[in-house]
Amino acid sequence: MPDGIAAHADPHGHAHHPALQHHFQTLDQQHEAATLGMWVFLVTEVMFFGGLLTAYLLYRVWYPEAWSEGSLDLNIALGGFNTVVLIASSLTMALAVRSSQIGAQRATVGWLLATMALGLTFLGVKVIEYAEKFELHHVPGPNFVYEGPHGRQVEIFFSLYFGLTGLHALHMIVGVCLLSVITFMASRRRFSPAWYTPVEVSGLYWHFVDIVWIFLFPLLYLVDRAHQFA
Amino acid sequence: MSTTVLPRVNYLNVRTTVASWLLTKDHKRIGVLYMIVVALAFFLGSIFAAGVRIELTTPAGDFVSADTYNRLFTMHAVFMVFFVLIPVVPAILGNFAMPLMIGAKDVAFPTLNLMSWYIFVIGFLFTIAALVLGGVDTGWTFYTPYSSNVSASNVLLAGLGVFITGFSSILTGLNFMVTIHRMRAPGMTWFRLPLFVWALYATSLVMILGTPVVAITLFMVVLERAFGFGIFDPRLGGDPVLFQHLFWFYSHPAVYIMILPPMGVISEVVACFSRKNLFGYSFVAFSSLAIAVFGFLVWAHHLFVAGISPYSAMIFSFLSFAVAIPSAVKTFNWTATLYQGAIWWRAPLMWVFGFIGLFLVGGLTGLFLASLGLDVHLHDTYFVVAHFHYIMVGGAIMGFFAGLHYWWPKMTGRLYSNALATSAAVLVFVGFNLTFGPQFILGYLGMPRRYHAYPDEFQVLNVLSSAGASILAAGYTLIACYLLYSLWKGEEAGANPWLATGLEWKTESPPSPHNFEETPIVNEGAYEYSKREIKVA
Ligand SMILES: [Cu+2]
Repeated sequence: MPDGIAAHADPHGHAHHPALQHHFQTLDQQHEAATLGMWVFLVTEVMFFGGLLTAYLLYRVWYPEAWSEGSLDLNIALGGFNTVVLIASSLTMALAVRSSQIGAQRATVGWLLATMALGLTFLGVKVIEYAEKFELHHVPGPNFVYEGPHGRQVEIFFSLYFGLTGLHALHMIVGVCLLSVITFMASRRRFSPAWYTPVEVSGLYWHFVDIVWIFLFPLLYLVDRAHQFA
Repeated sequence: MSTTVLPRVNYLNVRTTVASWLLTKDHKRIGVLYMIVVALAFFLGSIFAAGVRIELTTPAGDFVSADTYNRLFTMHAVFMVFFVLIPVVPAILGNFAMPLMIGAKDVAFPTLNLMSWYIFVIGFLFTIAALVLGGVDTGWTFYTPYSSNVSASNVLLAGLGVFITGFSSILTGLNFMVTIHRMRAPGMTWFRLPLFVWALYATSLVMILGTPVVAITLFMVVLERAFGFGIFDPRLGGDPVLFQHLFWFYSHPAVYIMILPPMGVISEVVACFSRKNLFGYSFVAFSSLAIAVFGFLVWAHHLFVAGISPYSAMIFSFLSFAVAIPSAVKTFNWTATLYQGAIWWRAPLMWVFGFIGLFLVGGLTGLFLASLGLDVHLHDTYFVVAHFHYIMVGGAIMGFFAGLHYWWPKMTGRLYSNALATSAAVLVFVGFNLTFGPQFILGYLGMPRRYHAYPDEFQVLNVLSSAGASILAAGYTLIACYLLYSLWKGEEAGANPWLATGLEWKTESPPSPHNFEETPIVNEGAYEYSKREIKVA
């Protein structure tokens, strides 16, 4: 939240916390507004992904065979690796928030950098996966090729796969940009036990994006794997 | 009544450079910024409406080709729905008045508020680009597969325009919700909130829960059109009706984004000009929430003839009837407030009367359409067109003008001519009924919507409708004239020209950049008119 971070020169001459914006009475009020704002934003995100997931649900019920075929075509090793990466990034993010709360400035920066590194790793792996699909002509559109009994419905599966994971990757990119701003602020020692709202709010966002992946991974990669490993 | 010494620092004159407006974080200025863009969109939308009405004056399709006609009504609706009706009350009047009404210095996130305006403008520019390059012909509903696979018009640009604008709406809703939760002045409890604020809260709920769904739906259409993805494509086994479900999941509640805030305005104005406490305050407050919640459960009434199962149609029909109850609660409470009130005949109240009358007709004809059997006959006829114009123009736009006339003295510090404003209300009311009244009959007689030609026997009613539209245009022009004139020559309004109770009337007109010199402390309900001495002219 850009509003949470602008410091201002105090016009009234008495001491305010530098992070307190003039339209709030107290830092507490500002903190509560920012966290509520992020929670509400995450609700809108649930509805946003919800539209695509509704389409997913309908077609999965209609075309179970196509879903099974398309899902088996995804690279479960890379997907699984990315899942571990994101879960780890949630841990480092939580540790970053914790460090900023107790005023451990250097640790905050360190954990934030670790979180960003994990986020970038995820995105890198995603690029490899996408390139693989591109080479196999599994990207929906005029060049889509799929040999199999349910090829046309598999194209719907891949449309949703790219829609969902692409949107998720976009959220990851936004998250990494957000964290780079927060890391910069943390390195300038802007946060203290009295004021760590931006770290906490970014953390909420980051955990949300992780959780979306925790849903996407089984929905897309694990549709019909049981007999594969039986 | 005012003894203000001019010049005095207020939000309008504190800084006057263009940059000070374009970079402002003041909710009041942002409200004014929205007003400028919305007025432009309203003007554009009206031009297209004029094109439609000119074409329909004669039975033959002689003024424009069928293809141009498709683009005319689509562009009319796209501008009017997404760039006028949805932002008109929340983004203009809500931004301007709501923080004042709860005694706050600003909304919770002023920078985000400015960003929302820019997002709105970018979406608007995309839609203008779609228009300049030839327009869109899908109808504002963008139904697939025509929009995604067939139409040769600029669906991509217009779809992106609406998609982008959606985020302006989402972020405004978020901002308002957090503001109402966290920024209320000391003593401003939930049940002392003005009903306009309750209405905005309910609206925010719809914006937050509904708008993301239409955004993702248009995103899917964009994916199909731009990259050849297939989600609704029947050639792959995709389901175009799924698009309709997702679209109406937002677009029915969107009607409540349009109508709830004007309903809140009506509550303010009715109480003030009846000089009475609003009748049934908590019922009116909760009916807003009820409308917002029930509004999410009725969307499939737009799909009664799209082949949905008869059982789900029955349930959606029943729920559509049910949503009339909270609307009726409001209407009865407003009427009860007027009853035995000390009615003060000023212009804002004229618009309220217009609203109540037209909304009543619009609401009741909605019940015709919610009936499964009747809908088969009336679906896609002019009856539907007339019905939703009674709600959206008769309701939302009349309500907006009620609010604009109510808060104009606060926004500008100036009074407009009451006589002219009253005549404009009458003119718009008459023009509106003449335009859309005949369309109910046309629809009942079977005239389908969205055709540029029609059989001879429908001509008389269509000519009446076009004549009404020109009266309507005259009414709107009149409003623009006397409001702009008031900026220049209007009498000074003073802090509280209506002797109203809200906090926004306790500060000067126009308010100072920080709204209040001292944070107000609230110790009574929103409409304690009965405690007040009534001194009205
Ligand atoms: Cu509806």
